[in-house]
Amino acid sequence: MLELIAQHPVVSSLIALIGLALIFGAVLGYAAVRFKLEGDPIVQQIDDLLPQTQCGQCGYPGCRPYAQAIANGDAINKCPPGGQPTINALADLLDVEAPSLDAEHGEESEVKKVAYIREDECIGCTKCIQACPVDAIIGAAKQMHTVVIDECTGCDLCVEPCPVDCIDMVPLEPTIKEWKWQKPVPAEQAVQLIATDRDSGDTGRAA
Amino acid sequence: MGSLIKTWEIPGGVHPPENKAQSLQLPLGKMPLPPTLFLPLNQHIGTPAKPVVEVGDRVLGGQLIADAEGVFSARVHAPTSGKVSDIKDSLVPHPSGMSAPCIIIEPDGADEWVELHPLEDYLSADKSELLSRIRAAGIAGLGGAGFPTSVKLNPRADHSIDTLILNGTECEPYITADDVLMQTRADEVIAGSLLLAKLLDYPEHILVGVEDNKPEAIAALQKAAAGTEVQVVPFPTKYPSGGEKQLIQILTGREVPSGQIPATIGVVCQNVGTAASVYRAVRFGEPLVSRITTVVGEALQTQRNVEVLLGTPIDYLLEQHGFDAQRASRLVMGGPMMGFSLPDASVPVIKTTNCILAPSKVELPPPAPAQACIRCGLCAEACPASLLPQQLFWYAQAEDYEKLESHNLFDCIECGACSYVCPSNIPLVQYYRAAKGTIRHQQQEKEKSDRARRRFEFRQERIAKEEAEKEAKRAARKQAAEEAKRKLAEQKSAPVAEQAPAADSELRPVSTAQAQATGGQPSRAVQQAKLERNLVAAQSSLTKAREPLTANEPGGTVSQEQLDKQQARIKQAELKVREAEKKLQQFQASSDTPTTTQEQDPVAAAIARARAKVNQSPEEKLRSSLESLYKRLSKAEEKAAEARAEGSDKADALQQGVDKLKEKIATSQKELDELAPSTVAQPSSASRSDADHASLAIEKAKAKAAAMATMSAEDKLRNQIESLKARLEKAQERLAKAEAEGDENVEAFRTGVSKLEDKLQQLNNR
Repeated sequence: MLELIAQHPVVSSLIALIGLALIFGAVLGYAAVRFKLEGDPIVQQIDDLLPQTQCGQCGYPGCRPYAQAIANGDAINKCPPGGQPTINALADLLDVEAPSLDAEHGEESEVKKVAYIREDECIGCTKCIQACPVDAIIGAAKQMHTVVIDECTGCDLCVEPCPVDCIDMVPLEPTIKEWKWQKPVPAEQAVQLIATDRDSGDTGRAA
Repeated sequence: MGSLIKTWEIPGGVHPPENKAQSLQLPLGKMPLPPTLFLPLNQHIGTPAKPVVEVGDRVLGGQLIADAEGVFSARVHAPTSGKVSDIKDSLVPHPSGMSAPCIIIEPDGADEWVELHPLEDYLSADKSELLSRIRAAGIAGLGGAGFPTSVKLNPRADHSIDTLILNGTECEPYITADDVLMQTRADEVIAGSLLLAKLLDYPEHILVGVEDNKPEAIAALQKAAAGTEVQVVPFPTKYPSGGEKQLIQILTGREVPSGQIPATIGVVCQNVGTAASVYRAVRFGEPLVSRITTVVGEALQTQRNVEVLLGTPIDYLLEQHGFDAQRASRLVMGGPMMGFSLPDASVPVIKTTNCILAPSKVELPPPAPAQACIRCGLCAEACPASLLPQQLFWYAQAEDYEKLESHNLFDCIECGACSYVCPSNIPLVQYYRAAKGTIRHQQQEKEKSDRARRRFEFRQERIAKEEAEKEAKRAARKQAAEEAKRKLAEQKSAPVAEQAPAADSELRPVSTAQAQATGGQPSRAVQQAKLERNLVAAQSSLTKAREPLTANEPGGTVSQEQLDKQQARIKQAELKVREAEKKLQQFQASSDTPTTTQEQDPVAAAIARARAKVNQSPEEKLRSSLESLYKRLSKAEEKAAEARAEGSDKADALQQGVDKLKEKIATSQKELDELAPSTVAQPSSASRSDADHASLAIEKAKAKAAAMATMSAEDKLRNQIESLKARLEKAQERLAKAEAEGDENVEAFRTGVSKLEDKLQQLNNR
């Protein structure tokens, strides 16, 4: 054995290398089959960050396809409903620079909107029901339709197919339950050298 | 005896000026009746109550006006007698300054009350009875949070409660409402504590925690508690000892784990005011319609505690105390540390309003401008929850919500001690409140988006399923068609003369068979004509199929797919033509040969079958339709009678329906009568007697209907009752018989009887 190695160093080293390659190849091959992952975990993570409006403004038919596209290298700034916070979160996840929203796909709206059907104008064509990606519109053929506000994602996909234009996107009124305290203006931004600079309309705080 | 109890100390805390003396100079006052009461439906934590009165109703004091909606809710009662003038959105005491649904009552000044149901022997009453009384009284925690009390008194089975704590700490500056309550109604507080203890299966310790700056309250409580298991525990004054978790730590040394409720460490904590109203609710049946509120501040002429009806507008309350809007810097509900500025003075006093503070500009100046954090660390020393306020502030400013949560932002009780000690006047609590709000909002959004995702995915799945089903159906149809074709081909290969007519009579529906049967065997000429017609039709469809293709070809716009389709259609048409031609030829060939007996046999059989059906089915059909008509008639009559009794305008229409039904019955009966003798094949005596029965019943029904039509509503009702009674008697007889015989249908009989009894009852009630 040793003799053989001493006499044919090149051949024996080649044999050793090929042997190693075969062993590791077998191990890796087995692992690939045994520990195969269903689906791409990064797609799931991206999908979790997207707002799930299923509006298709990004050019993909729903949030998950866009997540898939991002995983395949598409830009992360095509989601107007998510806006900058979503882009930032995606950039954080994928460890890239956060670009600003691509205006080509729409603008980020300030207030959340939901679809509202003017019910006496509805002719019951069911076109909006077919368009709604989350089944938030109820109604039947030749019956009035209405939107379940709690389920509406505000994607406005139902507005376009309506033949009588009876669907409006109305901003959601803030309710007392959803109200939250506002963050105070940071000290650095509200620089006031003397106390009397302060505006008189200060509602103040209790504490 | 209370001093024997060991007390612990909480970390942090501050000592702001107490300012409690101002409101303690005058005794507990009473308020005159305000002109209007605004009662918000949501004065507690949880689901808003649901109104049970209408606009315009007159309500009595203590009357239920809004019922609890689910478990986490509390009832609302009318504080005095008056008229419900409106139920609408109105301004409520909330930091947002927004409106919420309120019931608005205009008191009539009579102060009439509903009858209350006292319970003298309440200590031997059942626990569920006590709990339901507490729930019925609409009691929510009076300390400030407004948690529905009955929920807290019903701890989960795996939480064994060993300590009941009554919170009489009242650590906030200015507020003395609980102090006055303990001084004037110490016996009620103690009795309430014992009652709460009973509900919690007499925990080992019943402690009333009071800060030592209320010596009179402590003395009164100790006097009232003498000889009971209740221990009054005074402890050194420090803000915020009155926080639930802080008080538990002071009295037991145990800390409530982060994100848990006190019951997990065996403690239940209630405000002393809550205990007193629980006592009043159980002992006297009084609902929670008033509370003691401190009205204090230098902008007022009179500073004192008053017993005030819930729903009293705060501007009315202030007016009664000589409020000077010019002097006031602002209006605060609650104390100066944890309260919030009221955006509007027209909001009402609610169950959680323990103090209205109207400070002058000197007393509580507007906050000084915030300066940069100098990292002095005073806030961390002051924090009673051992948090790092400075760190939280940085993260809140940077909106780093993950870090905030990992630094236990949600353990912050928003006591304001950190803001109080901050030398840079940074409104720290406001940052925390905003951050908490944003995090909660994000959680809700996340939940919502998760739901949207699930719905979207479900929809996709459903659409895919529908598509698959459609596809499957299409495939099945295709297969069936091929099968049929194959069969047809097989039949073709068999002797033609035998098959063609037989197949015809088999494949066609019975009606055609009947037609054939009655019309006799179709002549050969007719059949030939038919086959020829088939051929012509097939040929014309072939030319039609060819037509558009040729028309489209020159344009060159036809897609490949269309072309394929067209060709397929043409081929099919051609096939049909060929088939038709073949059939015709075969037919002609067969007509040349003499008809065999083999051929006639199946035809004759089919004819016989069809004939039998013709003879049978009409009678049966008629009978069944007659039966259903009877049923409908009796129902219609009932309905008509009911409608008339109620004086409904539908009565006429219903009566018409009844008449029509009768007509129908008569005609069908006639038909049946005519048919019955003709059915020689099945001259069953049963059917005959059935028919007789039926005609008898018809006669009866007719007579009844005629009688009904002439009778007045009252007579009818009487009649109905009588007939019902008769039916009931019969049914009862039958039931008795069935019971005696041990019939298996006894149950059915019994329900029938009970139904009849119900009906009779209903009629009698009319």
